[in-house]
Amino acid sequence: MRVSMDIELKDIPGQLLSALNPISELKGNLKSIVHHHEKRTPRGTIPLQLVFEADPECLDAIISKLEKNGVDVTRVDEKRFVEHGAVILIGHIVHTDVEDTIETIDNTGFAEVVDIRLSMPHIDTSSSASLKIDAIGKKELHDAITILRDIAVKKDLLVIEPIRAELS
Amino acid sequence: MRTIRASIIGFGSVGQGVAEVFLQKREELENIGLDLKVVAIADSRGAEINNEGIDLSEIIARKRETGTIASRQITGVEIIRNVEHDLVIETTPTDVETGGVGLENMLAAFGHGRDVVTSNKGPLALKYRELMDVAREAGSGFRFEATVGGAMPILNLAHDTLAGNKIISIEGILNGTCNYILSRMMEEQASYEQMLAESQELGIAETDPTNDVEGSDTACKLVILANSIFGMDVNYNDVDVTGITKITPEALILANDEGYTIKLIGEVKDDLIRASPRLVPIGHPLAVGGTLNVASIQTDLAGTVTITGRGAGSIETASAILSDVVSLYRP
Ligand SMILES: NC(=O)c1ccc[n+]([C@@H]2O[C@H](COP(=O)([O-])OP(=O)(O)OC[C@H]3O[C@@H](n4cnc5c(N)ncnc54)[C@H](OP(=O)(O)O)[C@@H]3O)[C@@H](O)[C@H]2O)c1
Repeated sequence: MRVSMDIELKDIPGQLLSALNPISELKGNLKSIVHHHEKRTPRGTIPLQLVFEADPECLDAIISKLEKNGVDVTRVDEKRFVEHGAVILIGHIVHTDVEDTIETIDNTGFAEVVDIRLSMPHIDTSSSASLKIDAIGKKELHDAITILRDIAVKKDLLVIEPIRAELS
Repeated sequence: MRTIRASIIGFGSVGQGVAEVFLQKREELENIGLDLKVVAIADSRGAEINNEGIDLSEIIARKRETGTIASRQITGVEIIRNVEHDLVIETTPTDVETGGVGLENMLAAFGHGRDVVTSNKGPLALKYRELMDVAREAGSGFRFEATVGGAMPILNLAHDTLAGNKIISIEGILNGTCNYILSRMMEEQASYEQMLAESQELGIAETDPTNDVEGSDTACKLVILANSIFGMDVNYNDVDVTGITKITPEALILANDEGYTIKLIGEVKDDLIRASPRLVPIGHPLAVGGTLNVASIQTDLAGTVTITGRGAGSIETASAILSDVVSLYRP
């Protein structure tokens, strides 16, 4: 699960460590920190924005450890990639910039390509690929596949998507 | 006993199947009060006409031995215009470009107040509304269960058995040839071309397989479903169609690794009518193999109802025609 969290630190040395330790102790994987050094809240605290991957079962423990360390947690936003989908592509997948195809999905923020497997039998024949896509919800998974379909038209790729019953 | 005088226009695989089924089921038909008399039959070379009723076993044998039934130079449409009868069984070849001779036959039949039962998709995929309007104005019965899914009941199921339900969507495999090719590509891990050749040898695919493998046969059936069940007013050109010719064995293997099989799926929902290769979970009701057809009908009250059956074949298609005939005339 991906978590985005707003916290507030007291303006005293060592506070950043007491904010980050609970996350690493519980095997969270920090993705980004936005630290507004010069900013202060009306309470005189320093606002900080964290994004990390963590086991959903550890989230409550992380929050209580933070609060025990005197860190205020003001917002928790879970981005759970709860929906998983698969899509098959056929065509000149590599020559049409497969990285760009993947990035377009990843850049949506609501879905990401978590696995790609490529099968290229001969240089001059079409290759095939399976993509696994995770998304934060069914609608988002559906949207991601629609985006993929639009890219595929431009790149002359065939997209084979799951039947409707799988996506609704 | 009610006597129904019928013509069979087009005496190929389906037309002969109809004759065989009428022979085979004569007693059952009499038991429900129907005496079916075939008074005229036409193929592309001519016709046989007999006001007392044609001897069906003799005519089937004649077609098999000589390649034609023609004893007179009369066309199908001339029969429809000039021979006194109630029912035209229209089984000439499908033509999706113009509607072909089938369209002419159907319009002529309604023009003379005759009922029509058909397996010919072309005219319906092209001119559905017009045909329905003309039939209604003429007071003619018009049924076409055999055009979609062959022996698999879908139109009558949705209209009669599921009456009162709102049909939300239909999703399914409506072309047995594509299903066979894709199933075999997976089994043999062989190319599309190889498995197309195999199905042509077995007589499953036609010499010119374009209509099947490019998806237009599925598209025609979707148009009939959309118009008949969903009350839309669409034709063949409104369908978003992708065929199966680009599918690779590698794609099938990759899909299999993810727990899916690839099928040519037709779907109708809201304003979307699409025929395209799709991933179907292995073990899902839609994941039928071989030449089978299947359809899932999503309804508001009954939930999802899934039917599967033989989508083609002489006797199978004749079964759908027979059921239409019985529903039209059963006292
Ligand atoms: N076969 C199936 O399993 C199946 C399933 C569902 C629907 N259908 C549809 O049912 C229809 C018949 O299919 P089929 O398999 O029976 O085709 P088919 O074997 O090719 O038979 C077509 C018949 O129509 C005759 N014909 C051609 N032009 C004619 C004309 N101008 N006037 C009178 N007869 C004419 C042919 O004559 P000749 O014998 O002289 O060539 C032949 O007897 C098609 O529309 C098909 O799409 C077929």
